[in-house]
Amino acid sequence: MESFRGQALSWELKDGVVELALHRAPCNEIGSLTLEELEKFVHALDGFREEAHALIIYSDIKAGFCAGADLRELYLRSQELERTEAARGVRDYLERIHRVLNAIDASPLTTIAAVHGVTFGGGFELALVCDLIIADRMARFCFPELRLGLIPGFGGIPRLKRDLGNAVVRDLLLTGRSFNATKAQQVGLVSQVAAEGEALRVARATAAQLGKFDRRTAVAAKKFIKPIPYEELRREIELFCELFAQPAVEAGLRRFVESEDAQPYLP
Amino acid sequence: MLNKKGWGTMIPSKQTLEEIMNLAATHFKVPRERLAPDDDFFKTLGIDSLQALDLLTRLENHFHIELPDYELQGVSDFRTLAERIQSRM
Repeated sequence: MESFRGQALSWELKDGVVELALHRAPCNEIGSLTLEELEKFVHALDGFREEAHALIIYSDIKAGFCAGADLRELYLRSQELERTEAARGVRDYLERIHRVLNAIDASPLTTIAAVHGVTFGGGFELALVCDLIIADRMARFCFPELRLGLIPGFGGIPRLKRDLGNAVVRDLLLTGRSFNATKAQQVGLVSQVAAEGEALRVARATAAQLGKFDRRTAVAAKKFIKPIPYEELRREIELFCELFAQPAVEAGLRRFVESEDAQPYLP
Repeated sequence: MLNKKGWGTMIPSKQTLEEIMNLAATHFKVPRERLAPDDDFFKTLGIDSLQALDLLTRLENHFHIELPDYELQGVSDFRTLAERIQSRM
């Protein structure tokens, strides 16, 4: 499928570059709908390996790249179910999102996240599976999960540890503070910072450059440079599920859902 | 000397305060003369928490500082915001 227009995302193959656009209001929260469409995308991605050399993931939503997991859906679903059934549902969801993100991480295409605005939690984790992150100077990165009594659950910690020094990982995770694009570039997370509104253009220019290289060499180089921390990713799922069973998590999710602010991203 | 909240009693310079209010007025398209140092900027600018995050990024970029968002917990007036910024300059 060379192009697809879904409710949460769309993709298109053009001139050897696959562009995956996220467009679910308010800020591309990843719930069951987005997950289903991401699974479709990953299925289609396998078919692009001959025609495409690069993938760009970006957001069509003004507020940002992605605000993370759909916590409202998570809370409301967990309220409808028995505790053990809710725990099983969370594990199933994590297994599915990990399969999707691992597939993008291991894709033979060179992958670029073009991010702007809010790039939080699961949105940050989606960007982290990409080979390069190109950030609008107004982008902000954050792992706010500890505020809810959780850790990031979409592979964030193992991938951060793969890419950055442990001190920076601890800063991001244990303080829950957000980094702007300049700081993110200083610590080595972001490869290029673009002017406001220019991240996608810069990502397209980068993708065009990548098309000049021999594909077999680029694929071999990526495989050599970028190991996927499968064992740690498994351990992350186990730890997340263990923490999710704590009463503090339900209270944290309730506080978030019942907040009167339309977008309660700040602590 | 620390105040009750544990913050230093730094007095922001008039210039820092002016630059913050000018930047906020320009970006959120509010007449500059409607902004005063002790205004609740959420109300005066008509912004939500996400737009406050946007303002924080603009201020960090403008002043070339790093201001962790937890330092802004409970801060809603320009004067206190200027104090926090000044303490990072």
